[in-house]
Amino acid sequence: MCGIAGILNLNREPATAIAVEPMLAALTHRGPDDVGTRVEGPCVLGHRRLSIIDVEGGHQPMTNEDGSVWITFNGEIFNYIELREWLEPRGHRFASRSDTEVLLHLYEEKGEDCVHDLNGQWAFAIWDVRRRRLFLSRDRAGVRPLFYAVAGSRFLFASEIKALCGQSGLSRDLDLRALDQILTFWAPLAPRTILRQVSELPPGHSLLVDEQGRQHLRPYWQPNYETMPEPVDEDRCAEQLLALLVDATKIRLRSDVPVGAYLSGGIDSSVITAIVKSIANERLRSFSVTFDEAEFDESAYQDEVVQYLKTDHSRVRCSTADIAAAFPDVVWHTERPIVRTAPAPLYLLSRLVRDSGYKVVLTGEGADEVLGGYDIFKEAKIRAFWAAQPESSRRPQLLKRLYPYLPNVQSQPEAFLRGFFRVGAGSSNCFFSHLPRWELTARLKLLYSDEVRAELASYDVYDDLKGSLPAGFAGWDGFSRAQYLETAILLPGYILSSQGDRVAMAHSVEGRFPFLDHRVVQFASSLPPRLKMKVLNEKYILKRAAGHLIPASVRRRPKQPYRAPDAASFVTPDRNGHLPEYVEALLSPERVEEDGVFSPSAVSHLLAKARAGKATGVRDNMALVSVLSTQLVIDRFVRRAGV
Amino acid sequence: MTESRFRSDIRAYVVENFLFGRGDELRDDDSFLESGLIDSTGVLGLVGYLETTFAIAVADEDLVPANLDSVVRVCQFVERKLQEQAAQRAG
Repeated sequence: MCGIAGILNLNREPATAIAVEPMLAALTHRGPDDVGTRVEGPCVLGHRRLSIIDVEGGHQPMTNEDGSVWITFNGEIFNYIELREWLEPRGHRFASRSDTEVLLHLYEEKGEDCVHDLNGQWAFAIWDVRRRRLFLSRDRAGVRPLFYAVAGSRFLFASEIKALCGQSGLSRDLDLRALDQILTFWAPLAPRTILRQVSELPPGHSLLVDEQGRQHLRPYWQPNYETMPEPVDEDRCAEQLLALLVDATKIRLRSDVPVGAYLSGGIDSSVITAIVKSIANERLRSFSVTFDEAEFDESAYQDEVVQYLKTDHSRVRCSTADIAAAFPDVVWHTERPIVRTAPAPLYLLSRLVRDSGYKVVLTGEGADEVLGGYDIFKEAKIRAFWAAQPESSRRPQLLKRLYPYLPNVQSQPEAFLRGFFRVGAGSSNCFFSHLPRWELTARLKLLYSDEVRAELASYDVYDDLKGSLPAGFAGWDGFSRAQYLETAILLPGYILSSQGDRVAMAHSVEGRFPFLDHRVVQFASSLPPRLKMKVLNEKYILKRAAGHLIPASVRRRPKQPYRAPDAASFVTPDRNGHLPEYVEALLSPERVEEDGVFSPSAVSHLLAKARAGKATGVRDNMALVSVLSTQLVIDRFVRRAGV
Repeated sequence: MTESRFRSDIRAYVVENFLFGRGDELRDDDSFLESGLIDSTGVLGLVGYLETTFAIAVADEDLVPANLDSVVRVCQFVERKLQEQAAQRAG
């Protein structure tokens, strides 16, 4: 796992290594083990390396036999052994054992179509010396990040925005439309980023850039929910799913350094850990987060899994003060406003992993999107069920059962519950599943300053989203549409980035996600929804396929979404009785006014409410975290140019 | 409806608690539910406020949008409740 950066001069001037060095310096945390640059005519490629496969021979940028193709690569190609076996008989000679070199030769053989053969998580740039063009690509799910921009007569790319935003010729204006998207969907819709002039290569896309700066962006993969015809044999599907998961896990254990695992205490990470144990048959190192507050803490289940699977386990206990202390660094790494503090404990967890001498962890990430585990899928199903009989008094009770951890939902009168969950909104609305979440989040826009409101008055976030939907979307069933929205928006834009790559790589830790193996994703997408959620039993087929591998108590436990203390983190005094100074400074009326995004009086109102312990609702919690993280983004990326 | 003597207090509560203090866009007949103004803390905080401030008792059957879904409706509800309570005391 690594950091990559590069520059293509669009005015035909020769590139220089020195130009890319500051960009690489900004990515040191992604690759502390090695650094390299390569100049080829107008192009310079740079690389920071975290050595995992072929520790001795994997220096980058790397070239092929005749120097006609150069690559800088962040990620892992897990099927590199099989690809090498296919390439060698075709005359390709290898100088190393690395997956990077396999990628180079595969590109020689197949050109841009090489990405179809890759099983992995990647962001890479290839400079094709003969064809004088740059080829950028990003993995299907969006595990690894890649950003780009044109600044003056230069095309720039890098793993993180902070490597770009100090470059001359690059404006650091906020993209208010991206903020508007975040304050609806929790994530910007790629290619939009929080900086107007910086783009993100969307997951499943490749980008060609020639010397004249012409860009050709094209998708090579999208989730597809065309389901297999009924009747479907459940037993056979369960067997196939388990076989795929075992192989996906097996190839994700390919590493020249030891691999650990995250254990949340839920089904997904427990299944992956159990599969690792069955494959490796050796003592496995595992890691988890625990919380002071019982409503967030899952340590009892974690302990059960640890005892059952006999892992060597380490945990980091996370308090509100820990979250507050880490939050500025967390936002420095997420590089976008966030609506929840949940990335902060994961930032502390990756530090524990690194301090324990580990660089690679397997996790259960992706299972909820791929196999239908999230409450939002269940919620949509119940809402549709209630909407069919709106006067029913029993159907709303299902919603209360769904959220045992939200006391306000428990005590909500039925008529208001109906309104809150948009039971009146027709289930034919193509965004039916997500309307309650999105509309609740969008209320945070009340905090905008008058100027920002005016600037966004004619902008509708749903227009951008509708424009990005795949052709078949409207024809899919409601469950599949909900899965698509989670997989295409929240997964890459929040789960894999703010809660994934960014906070793990902050401490040079690489996450690997067997549930996001594209074979698993494609197989799961083809399953009838009833096998993913049987009535209201989420991830039914996973429990059927792999339930026997984990403790019964974990298999049967109610789903608990991963959450962390939000507003309370910033208004609870630390052990010395102090509130964080940066909160005071960034949310002061003067500073809010100067930065211009939010209304100073509204922010003061919110902060006072939080300090009085009255910011107890979901919206107020999201509001405080969103405003604070936006102010941090402005502070670090706009005011201080990413330093 | 005639101007309620409680309008300004009730409106201030709603603006304070549901609109981050920004009341410029709230009309007194705007539906709390349709405008997405009520979040998961829901109407319960509002009910607690009404009970404490106006010394009225809100029964379970009162917890319907007809009583609590806009500033106007809340004002009418409070007036009615106070009248009912006064009539009970007088009777």
